[in-house]
Amino acid sequence: METANFVLQMKGIGKEYYGTRVLENININLAPGEIHAVLGENGAGKSTLMNILFGMSVIHSTGGFEGEVLINGESANIKSPVEAMEAGIGMVHQEFMLIPEYTITENIKLNREITKPNIFSRLISNKLETLDRIEMNKDAKKALKTLDLNIEEWIKIAGLPVGYMQFVEIAREIDKSNLKVLVFDEPTAVLTESEASNLLDAMRTISSKGIAILFITHRLDEVMEVADNMTVLRDGKLVGVRKKEETSIDELAEMMVGRKINKVEKGTNTIDESVYKLELKNFSVDMPGEKIKGMDLKVRKGEIIGIGGLAGQGKIGVANGVAGLYPSKGEVLIDGTPLPLNNPKESINRRIAFVSEDRRAVGLLLDIGIDMNIAVTAMQNKGGFLKHYGIFSQQDTKAIKEHAEKMRKELDIRCTGVDQPTRRLSGGNQQKVCIARALTLEPEILFVSEPTRGIDVGAKKLVLDTLVKLNQEKGMTIVMTSSELGELRSVCDRIAIINEGKLEGILSPDDSDKDYGLMMAGNYSKKANSGGEVE
Amino acid sequence: MENNVTIDRGILDRKTKIKRFFVKNMVTIMFIILSYIGFHYSGLSVPFFMSELITRFARNGFLVLALIIPVMAGMGLNFAIVLGAMAGQMGIIMVVHWGITGVPGVLLCVLLSTPLAIIFGFLTGKLLNKTKGQEMITSLILGFFANGIYQFIFLILVGSVIPMVNEEMILSSGVGLRVTIALNDTIRYALDDVWRFSFIHTVLIATIIFLIIYAVKLYKMKKGETADAPTDKSKTYFNLGVVVALLAVTLGVMFSESRINDLQVPMITFAIIGVLCLFTYFLSKTKLGQDLRTVGQDRHIAKVSGINSDGIRVLAIVLSTLLAAYGQIIYLQNLGTLSTYGSHEQVGMFAIAALLIGGASVTKATIGQAVLGTILFHTLFIVSPLAGRNLFGDAQLGEYFRAFVAYGVIGLSLAMHAWKKYLQSKDELGM
Repeated sequence: METANFVLQMKGIGKEYYGTRVLENININLAPGEIHAVLGENGAGKSTLMNILFGMSVIHSTGGFEGEVLINGESANIKSPVEAMEAGIGMVHQEFMLIPEYTITENIKLNREITKPNIFSRLISNKLETLDRIEMNKDAKKALKTLDLNIEEWIKIAGLPVGYMQFVEIAREIDKSNLKVLVFDEPTAVLTESEASNLLDAMRTISSKGIAILFITHRLDEVMEVADNMTVLRDGKLVGVRKKEETSIDELAEMMVGRKINKVEKGTNTIDESVYKLELKNFSVDMPGEKIKGMDLKVRKGEIIGIGGLAGQGKIGVANGVAGLYPSKGEVLIDGTPLPLNNPKESINRRIAFVSEDRRAVGLLLDIGIDMNIAVTAMQNKGGFLKHYGIFSQQDTKAIKEHAEKMRKELDIRCTGVDQPTRRLSGGNQQKVCIARALTLEPEILFVSEPTRGIDVGAKKLVLDTLVKLNQEKGMTIVMTSSELGELRSVCDRIAIINEGKLEGILSPDDSDKDYGLMMAGNYSKKANSGGEVE
Repeated sequence: MENNVTIDRGILDRKTKIKRFFVKNMVTIMFIILSYIGFHYSGLSVPFFMSELITRFARNGFLVLALIIPVMAGMGLNFAIVLGAMAGQMGIIMVVHWGITGVPGVLLCVLLSTPLAIIFGFLTGKLLNKTKGQEMITSLILGFFANGIYQFIFLILVGSVIPMVNEEMILSSGVGLRVTIALNDTIRYALDDVWRFSFIHTVLIATIIFLIIYAVKLYKMKKGETADAPTDKSKTYFNLGVVVALLAVTLGVMFSESRINDLQVPMITFAIIGVLCLFTYFLSKTKLGQDLRTVGQDRHIAKVSGINSDGIRVLAIVLSTLLAAYGQIIYLQNLGTLSTYGSHEQVGMFAIAALLIGGASVTKATIGQAVLGTILFHTLFIVSPLAGRNLFGDAQLGEYFRAFVAYGVIGLSLAMHAWKKYLQSKDELGM
């Protein structure tokens, strides 16, 4: 192949951090107008690769990298993000690089403002040139129009929906006249489904203008939808490059993980058919966006029950209500005795543990070590890990450390040490810390919400395996809420589908896709209720 | 793709709008009320009060304006303007020692203090770059620390290490400067006395100028030639209304027998303050100003976009320190006495209190807020001792009241800003 045909080539890229090899001989070729996906689990080396492309200081302060980056066939020596920008490489960041108090125009034109000279700028410095806001607005309008975004350019970013912020970021990049390559770093992670599909449309629009796109993600279905070619990385090595026509989701997933994703191996669990561990009667939860309006559910002792349903129908509300985090009413019975509502401490005392769906905001103390994260709820509520001296008590650091080490082994938490702040852990490991904390409370009922949200394929399996193991070995009753039906069907004994804040019905994992489809859409209630599954 | 966003413009009902206006401006409104009560009980006549206010505004306005640029750059309230004030005083001390008088004396002060202020500002900026996020407390403590060095230089080194012979300025022991240095024969009123002009005519001319500016702005908006958001229109109408009201009051006073008509304004000093306002306004419209604001909003994003955020922050502090030095020279030429070890001490506190009263916060300060704040703060300063005496029958109590006002307002307005933020966040949540 001729080099001139490619707008960007990365040849034989390698990188070592302090003797640890993180990238080895990576080659990527990008033609104008191509959408090229870079796939890989967390830690596969995607971000290091992008850091090299953008000349981030973290690369150059640790001895540079091996290999060569070519732009339009010419060797480019990019030493800083600004140089990357000048070379025509743009980035749509995962966490938005937008200033909330600025208008859309100001954000699009950030540090690329159009100015006109005046007396002082001629005398002193061109930094004193006046901003030409009228021209800036024109440019911003044009960029927004390219993306078919119908929004006024003078609106402030603060208060815009997340999906729009992403588009403003993209508008900023395409406003750069020399843009040749645009990198999307996991752009759909924070978007709703419809926003994500809008984004994919926008990616096609941009590529049709001859701009090449590097699409970093681990959502395989999106890759199959938009990408022309895919490069798969695993453990810093290039596993393979595929054309869209030649591959399938299964193959890509296999390449990424390096092992076949099976249905979770299920042994037998002992479900006590005669006893209901948890009963919800006419239970309502006032959780914004996920309201529950009077539902009934009976959970048997020792089973894994799944709670599924479409977003906004209320499935998330169930666990949050029982855990006492959102105002709720109705009746909750544990082992036949009522649980006082709206009282998180009481829920914990009744041996209910909750792993929140909002890992980073509710689930973890991000700047605190793994060990304290695991111990803190038990310390606060059960007086665990405390040494008592009369009226004073002191935390028992040694016991906390030992317990954290034990949990680390049991759940295979990958970290540099149990004192590592949880902010720096990968999503899967953060989730394991959340589970470890819940287990520290020695619960009889474990609520887990969206346990695999935002974590990669390999870690997903480990988390699910952990849940199954807990259920089988400790006989723990597990209520698992998830948006991913496939996941529920792979681990649960029964799956309750929530629709419009009420229980639509309960299905077995082996029921047909059609039944699931009907129930999620709310067309099943009559059949399910008469079927006697809902008791 | 169907994308439509509904932004709440004009759909808020009148009641919420009024409530928001009061919450947004509660600090200022509170101090307007306090000032009015104080004025009422002080028993001062309007002309006397106005003449005091004019003097104090000319004296302090510049210093308050010096605080705006660091706020733009997200560095909070720059207590380290004390260092700028010291630079100004060092210039004055040299000029007094050499006995240069009048306007040349003031110009020489400016010339001498400029390099000093730039050095002080540069060092302060470097320090604040090392203590990001704690700029305010760092600059406050830095002010105290610099005061120690200042005292060491002028109390110990002058006359012993630094040769200086001047009977009027040096203590009788031959080492160290006297506690007070009179400026009567050198630079007192050097600027103020250049040109004094009728107060009421000055206000008249100023209001007419503003009237024209706003009218042109509205005309442009109607034709859609500006880059401002359409929502800014109501603000312009509001400003226009204020100017018209002011014009009406001015004309009313002019045709009355009030003694306000006899008041005079030190035009050069006011012109300098006006130029600084224009400079700050101009700066905010430039690329540099946008960079300052970007750094102030988010250092990280600014850096990623290629803005030299550390450099911008140092520049902001250098400008602020430099302006503070000039501000202190203006202040002292009007006051007429240099309290060698005291004049600079309160500068930071008082200027910041004034700015806060005007409705500014740690993250946002405008020229209008600085001007309004200076007026309100000094109104309280003028009326509170008298009001205190009249209310409680004790002159000592009035003095106490004065100190109370200065420090109390900083604490009070910071607390009220915190409360305001809390109210606003509650409002946004729709609670």
